[in-house]
This record gives sequence, structure tokens and C-alpha cells, in this order.
Amino acid sequence: MKSGKPANSKTNGRSKGDGKSKADAKGAAAKPKYDLRLYVAGQTPRSLQALSNLKKICEEHLAGNYRVEIIDLLQKPQLAAGDQILAIPTLVRTIPKPARKIIGDLSNTERVLIGLDVRPAS
Amino acid sequence: MTGKTPTGLRKTPTGIDGLDEIMLGGLPKGRPTLVCGGAGCGKTLLGIEFLVRGATQFGEPGVCISFEESALDLTQNVASLGFDLEKLQKTKKLAIDHIYIDKSEIAETGEYDLEGLFIRLNAAIDSIGAKRVLLDTPEALFAGLSETGVLRSELRRLFGWLKKKGVTAVITGERGEGTLTRHGLEEYVSDCVILLDHRVQNDAVTRRLRVLKYRGSTHGTNEYPFLIDEHGISVLPVTSLGLTHDAPKERISTGVAQLDQMFGGQGYYRGSSVLVTGTAGTGKSSLGAHFVDAACRRGENAIYFSFEESPMQVVRNMKSIGIDLGRWMKKGLLHIEAARPSAFGLEMHLVRMHHLLEEHRPKAVVMDPISGLLPGGSEHDVQALVLRIVDFLKHSGATGFFTSLSAHDDLQSTELSISSLVDGWILLRNIEANGERNRVLYVLKSRGMAHSNQIREFLLTSRGVQLREVYVGPGGVLTGSARVAQEEEEQRREFIRVEENRNRELAAKANLRSLEAKIAALEAEKEAQNREFALLMGEGQARKEALLGTRNAIRASRGMVVENSDKVTRPNGRGVKV
Repeated sequence: MKSGKPANSKTNGRSKGDGKSKADAKGAAAKPKYDLRLYVAGQTPRSLQALSNLKKICEEHLAGNYRVEIIDLLQKPQLAAGDQILAIPTLVRTIPKPARKIIGDLSNTERVLIGLDVRPAS
Repeated sequence: MTGKTPTGLRKTPTGIDGLDEIMLGGLPKGRPTLVCGGAGCGKTLLGIEFLVRGATQFGEPGVCISFEESALDLTQNVASLGFDLEKLQKTKKLAIDHIYIDKSEIAETGEYDLEGLFIRLNAAIDSIGAKRVLLDTPEALFAGLSETGVLRSELRRLFGWLKKKGVTAVITGERGEGTLTRHGLEEYVSDCVILLDHRVQNDAVTRRLRVLKYRGSTHGTNEYPFLIDEHGISVLPVTSLGLTHDAPKERISTGVAQLDQMFGGQGYYRGSSVLVTGTAGTGKSSLGAHFVDAACRRGENAIYFSFEESPMQVVRNMKSIGIDLGRWMKKGLLHIEAARPSAFGLEMHLVRMHHLLEEHRPKAVVMDPISGLLPGGSEHDVQALVLRIVDFLKHSGATGFFTSLSAHDDLQSTELSISSLVDGWILLRNIEANGERNRVLYVLKSRGMAHSNQIREFLLTSRGVQLREVYVGPGGVLTGSARVAQEEEEQRREFIRVEENRNRELAAKANLRSLEAKIAALEAEKEAQNREFALLMGEGQARKEALLGTRNAIRASRGMVVENSDKVTRPNGRGVKV
């Protein structure tokens, strides 16, 4: 998928974090099954850890059927309220509904997959 | 009172009625303050009022981070107190952020921190340049996050961060079992702790506030009752008033001329407080009505707190003794505030009174009767209430007039405990004798003036209260018809005495006149005697002359020397006196 790559940090420069189910910015007809947002606050080790964990999980388990937006709250603090972000880092699954949140550095792959409803809780 | 304590701790006034007085200026500036208490004791409200007053009265914008209620709920909840949060938000004086965690939609994996909270708080503060922050209550986070260790350290960091940010913060916390807050927030917020409490007493809720701790400043340490009403929170500090009020020398009329006479001829001191006690139907309220009537006649504002009668009833009843209170009400000088003592708790009564006193600034205040408040609280509570009212009145220069119903004619302990708070005490009593019941009045005490020690009979006439001299007869004090009989008897005696006097005067005058007549007669007699004597004397001389002439003629005829008229020389040579 064209949008299958995790968005890099430039993504947060675009002011689009508020549109939850916005059409694919790159104009692709097919919507990804998973629309994810990762909220971080600056380039902290924990943020970087979360980002790399997320990349790994997405590539391994979502097989390109996803889109990730990274939002740096240090640059856009006003976006924190919309998704009720409290903990950093927080991963929000905006699609499919209902929204789910996973907080932490995503180090436990199993729990992330359960949290994202990719894998049912056993 | 922007208090500069000796330590130099700067303070942020809350603007909450009475709280700043207890805290000697307000909350510690730039530091967090913990407000804790049980459910429904007014923590959130205190915090919101702190923000609203800051925004509206002190030009300090505020941020409210609510962890429990949504902004809409908050706005609606405090609208009844006259706080318009929406307007404040629009004018950038207030920012509200609702932070919540729904555990069901959150999974935790790996390490995290609460930087998001910091960022949101920081953004909110910077967006309006806030000086005040309310966190209500961060403990709610413990329900949403399982990593309590992380939460604790983050909260600790948060309070440190708030200090560094230089905002004055109020953090609320629900009271826990044996601890001030359920999750021990007091461990992190330790500069200033305010404890709220409410308890039910005689079916009425009493709210109380106590400043548990205030680092770097002295503060009122007592438990202070407080109220939440349409004006927001009112704390009632009693000790902070202190005994520093003026003592005016001016005297004001009691409304009854004869009673003025008993108070050194001039009435009460302005700013004093007077207690009137008596059994039922002795005319306590009538004296109160006279008092406010006199104040209104002087053009002063007056408030009549009635705990037993409605305003219309008071007006009607007082009209029957010739006191027209209705006209003063129409003129806006008199305000009659009627409320059943059981309508609310004592504190509510007290605060309502406070507000009315603040609003109308009366110079004369009647509370009729304070004994009616007794069922609403213990004797101690009522005494404290009266003390507060007395102090407040003294500070505002108003004269207080309290009536108290006593069950017996003896002095009651209640009255004794209250009477020490007041400056003047008038006692009304019923005296039963000769098959009738009559009222008497006497002044039991009146600080700072000479006053009558006499018992007067107290009459309620169509022209108001009249005081009469009473007679003390062999059988005791004479009142009523016995007094009238005594008066008649006195009049009769007086009449007789006057008559007798007149008679005696007449008799004396007659006597005098007869004496004068006698004197005149004697004078006439004396005159007659004188004339008789003169006549006799003249006759004697003539006879002597004649005799001498005869003798000389004889001598001459005998050739003897003619004697002079005085001495007759005898032949023997010796003179003979004629």
C-alpha cells in the first residue's frame, strides 16, 4: 500500500491531526484498515523506543494495511485534548471504531496486538 | 488584606468571603494548596470560586483541569451560584480542560509518563496567561491507570512543576479512611492544606472548614462554619473579628421615652447590643418594634429578623399598639426578614444575616427571638452565633436588639450565657397578684452608664409601650388595679392634705387678723391714756401756780420774801421741793 509506511516526523508538520477519518492524504482509493496515531513529546528515548516497536509490529502483523500519524505534542500541544492524551507515549487506533488507546512504549507486542484488536484476547 | 507575613510569604487572595481573613491574606502565592474533604463538601466549588474570583476581582486568569466533571457539567453546576464560566471562557479569563481516562478503552504496555498532562496544562496556562490553577481532583487518575508508582511520581513532578511555573494552584482530594486524601496527595502538596467537612446536627447540615497546615504563615486554626448559597462560599471567621471595635459615645433612643429615662435619660449607646428576656407575652417584640421605629424616625436603616412571625403579621400586630412599621417598609428604611428557625441550620441563618447586613447596612437590628434558634443547635452554637452577630454589628456600628424567651421568671442559664455577650439587659416579668397578671420591666444591666434600678410597670397601650412607676406596698410590688387603687388612695390623701392645709391657713389668717385688731384697740387705749395723763399733768401745774400765787400773796401780805416758783424757802432756811 502506498500509505503503508509509517509516517515520518514530517507528518506532524501538516495540520491534519484533528480529522479522524480523513481520506488518505495521498489520494489512494483504498482506505487502510487500521488508522493509527502515535502521540509523543519530543525525541525522548521512550518515544523513539515506542516508534521502533510500532514499526516492527505494524510491518509484521498489519501487513501494510495501516496508516500511522505521529504527533509531537511539544510542537502541537493543542492536539492533546482531542484524543484525551494524558500519558506519553500513547497510540490511538482511530479506525476501526471504537477508538482504542494503548499507552506505554509498546514493548509488549502481544498486548499491543490485543489492544489493537488484531488478535483476540486469549 | 494582602498579607505580608514576617516570613515574606506572598499571598493570593481567594476572594472567598471570610477565607482570606482566616488565612491572613489568602493562599500561598505560587504554591499548591490541597483542599480535601468528603464527598459533597464543596471542594470543587471552593476551587471554582477561587478561579472565578481571581478572574473577576483580581484580574488573574485561571485554568481548571477537571478530572471528573466535563466542562459543560461544571458550567451548569456553578451557574446556580452566579458564576458564568462560559462568559469567562469566551473572554479568555478561564480555560477548562476535562481530562479523563476510560480504563475500558486503554491498554497499558511498557513504560510511559504523564507528559501529556503537563503539555495540556502548560498549553492551557499559556493560552490565557493564567495565574491560578485548579486540579479537581487528580486522584481520579488512580482509577484509570494501573501503574500507581508512575502516577505517584508524576504527580509529585506535577506539583513541583506547578511551583516552578509560579501559578497558585488548588488541588482537591477526596477524604480517605484515616488519611486526608484517598491516595495520599497530602504527601506531595504540603505547603497548605485546607480541610472541609460537613456533618449533620439536629437534621441540619453544618459545613466546616479548617486550615490544617500553612507553611510559612500563621492562620486561624479553628474550625469555621461555612456555607454554600447563591453568593458562593462564605466562611464565617469569628475570632478574626476580635474586640477591636469602636465604642461610640453617642446615645440613641429606645423608642420609649420612659425607658430612655431608665437608661440614664438618653437611651442605649449606639453600637451596643441589648438583650430583652421575658416569659411569653411580656412585650419583648413590642420593645423591639419601638426600637426599629425610633431608628427609622431618625432616618436610619433597620432590619427586623423575625423567627416567629411573618413580616405582615409583625406589621399588623405592631399597628395594634400604635406602631406603624408598614410606612418604614414602604420607604425602604425597614426590612423585615422572616424565616423559621428550623428552615435551615444555624450557619445558614448566620450567613443570611451576614448578607442582609452587608446589603442593607442597617444601624438598628432586631432579632426576635434568638431563643427560637435554640432547636437548630446546641446552646453553645447559638451562643457562638449571637457572638458573631454581636461582633459583626459592633464592627459595623449598628445597635443590636435581641429578644429571648425564657420559660420561667427566673434567670435561665441560656440567658446567662448570652447575656455576658451583650451590653444591656432588660428583664420583663409577669407579676400575678389580686387576680390579675401585670407586666413589669427592669434594667438588669447596662454597661457604661448610670441606669435606673427601679422596677416599672410595663403597659401595652394603643399608643405603644408606657412605663409607670410601681408602688411597693406592705404586700409587695403593686401593679395593675392595685396600683390604680394605690394611686387613687394617694390622690385622696393628697386632696385631704391640701384641704387641711387650706383650712389651717385660713384659721391662721383669721387669728392674725384678730390679733391685729386687738393691737389696734390697745393702741387706741394707749393713746387715750396718754391724753389723760397729759391732761392730768397740765391740771397739776395750773393748780401749783395758783397755789404759789396765793402763797406769795399771803407772804406779801405778811411782808415775807416772795419765793420763786421752784423753791419755797421755809423760815428755817431749808428748801422744800414742791
